[in-house]
Amino acid sequence: MTRTLSAPVTVAFDYTRSTGPVLGRFLTGLRDATVVGARTSDGTVVVPPPEYDPVTHEPVTDFVEVASTGTVTSWTWVPEPVKGQPFDRPFAWALVALDGADAPLLHALDVASPEQVSSGMRVQVRWAEERVGAITDIACFEPEGAEAAGVSTSSTTDAGSTTGDGVTGVITPVSLDYLYAASPEESAFYRGLNEGRIVGQRCPSCQKVYVPPRSACPSDGTPTAEEVEVSQTGTITTFCVVNVPFLGQKITPPYVSAYVLLDGADIAVLHLILGVPAEEVRMGMRVKAVWKPREEWTYSLENIDHFEPTGEPDADYESYRHHL
Amino acid sequence: MRDVAVVGFAQRQMAEFDGSPTCVELLVPLFAECYEQTGWTRRDIGFWCSGSSDYLAGRSFSFVQAVDAIGVIPPVNESHVEMDLAWAMYEAWLKIQTGEVDTALVYAFGKSSAGVLRRTLALQLDPYTMTPLWPDTVSLAGLQARAGIDAGVWDERAMAEVANRSLTDAEKNEYAIRKGGSSVEELLAKPMYADPLRKHDCAPVTDGAAALVLAAGDKARKVRDRPAWIGGISHYIDPMSMGTRDLTRAPSAARAAAAVDLDGVEVAELHAPFSHQELILRRELGLADDVRVNPSGGALTGNPMFSGGGIRVGEAAARIWSGETSKAVAHATSGPALQQNLLCVLGSTTEGTTN
Repeated sequence: MTRTLSAPVTVAFDYTRSTGPVLGRFLTGLRDATVVGARTSDGTVVVPPPEYDPVTHEPVTDFVEVASTGTVTSWTWVPEPVKGQPFDRPFAWALVALDGADAPLLHALDVASPEQVSSGMRVQVRWAEERVGAITDIACFEPEGAEAAGVSTSSTTDAGSTTGDGVTGVITPVSLDYLYAASPEESAFYRGLNEGRIVGQRCPSCQKVYVPPRSACPSDGTPTAEEVEVSQTGTITTFCVVNVPFLGQKITPPYVSAYVLLDGADIAVLHLILGVPAEEVRMGMRVKAVWKPREEWTYSLENIDHFEPTGEPDADYESYRHHL
Repeated sequence: MRDVAVVGFAQRQMAEFDGSPTCVELLVPLFAECYEQTGWTRRDIGFWCSGSSDYLAGRSFSFVQAVDAIGVIPPVNESHVEMDLAWAMYEAWLKIQTGEVDTALVYAFGKSSAGVLRRTLALQLDPYTMTPLWPDTVSLAGLQARAGIDAGVWDERAMAEVANRSLTDAEKNEYAIRKGGSSVEELLAKPMYADPLRKHDCAPVTDGAAALVLAAGDKARKVRDRPAWIGGISHYIDPMSMGTRDLTRAPSAARAAAAVDLDGVEVAELHAPFSHQELILRRELGLADDVRVNPSGGALTGNPMFSGGGIRVGEAAARIWSGETSKAVAHATSGPALQQNLLCVLGSTTEGTTN
């Protein structure tokens, strides 16, 4: 048995960003299959255009259309591409000085082996078939003279195409994959749940019992070591009635979410209260864990389906006022 | 300016940390080591500052969970930077300079192995023109290495010499996760990985954590016979774009060097996660040939994200404490291809601590 439990986790978010006039001009150009750079105060043409001049710090306004052919100024080989890169097979990254530009642009170069690329080689843009106004509208660079695999550029740069609505925003999806490990203490907690037990740990200094257990007592920083099984019965310290629907909601509102201070624990766990009308739930109410059928158990707090009233008299406020 | 010294240092480095990315479990023994070195308790620490990244942890507010390792009753004076430990130290140094506090413990942590590190770091690039392509860290360094080779500024042999010396020195470093030098010929005979980089040219993916303790004036003198006095700290940044700077140079490192006094430096701990980057830094810092570079083995032998830079400060400080050296410089980097550079000069005397 490994020391810790782990599970794959994907964290994903679509970042929506406005472009402003400079990057908007650059991305509008890409959408229309042209590469737009800008002339900075020292006379050099930079691609992508910087938003502000690096010397004068004035907004950059002198846009220059450059060629879609150019020269490799540096390159590196990618033997093991990562998710989201322009190719899922080995390829090269290249810095390419496009004809008419002074600063090189970073993008992928479609060659089959490192022997097929060298600094100084001539390359051309391969445009993406569908272009939306993003850096990925350039599918990649390819050796100059290669048969155009994508859309021919001449048909999309007809007069008028750049006078349409400019690109004002981009949506960049970001998705990161992790193998997320629980701490050894959290792992003990989840292993306990898989056996129908609720396990916490006691701080050796202040004697507080934490459920779920933590690697160190947050009050004094002492590592917690002693494992403690706590009761499956406890007291509602505070609660809220959820009336508002939200994305990912699993239960139809209204329902009650409550902090339950299990007997023997010093910190409450958040859980669902059922088996009682929402308006009757109150602070001090005594509740007990209702588990899902054993065959559905896994390493999760969701093994406990919900908490429901025990029917005992309410707990004294004094008994939980330090745990609010 | 107040005289401030590094008086404590603890670290852990490993290929894979079998624990939560919050790293609380890793930090508790590091803090214990710092308390032991200083004779202090947590209540003697005037200011805490951490360096970490939620992108590395794969969860939000991971630095808040890490505070568990401190213990916060009574409440602590605490801050966080989404940067390396060296920048957390910079903030703490400034905090001490304000006179508000006399002592600080700064720490950093990261479980790089939880995700694909070289991919995760694409999130520090330009979000319009770079991140959507997911240029990975190793590739960006490869473009830089090639630029230097093409320009004749360095060659593969010079890169292999850096790697071989680092791997040899790492044999004496119990925390290094890659060690064992051979010969330049043997390294050059190894296959290319991300052409022009071989695997030994790239820092290994490393999990870990580290902590540094700072103290002002007499508080430092009570802890150490030879505190590592901070003679100066400086930090500069180059443009992020790979196309608008000469990749064979690091102007921000040169500017940082010009802002501190490097005369008489005997040891340099340089945060160079790729072999050619050490060559760039030596040039920009103007280090003489007799300066001992990376006696710890450096980042090529272990580079835990968010503490790899600060560890350079700790390694340099430890050599001042031991009397092995009288003046050292520690360097930390951040961003693609040496975009950001921070220098911290450490000395056995308070002379020159006016920067």
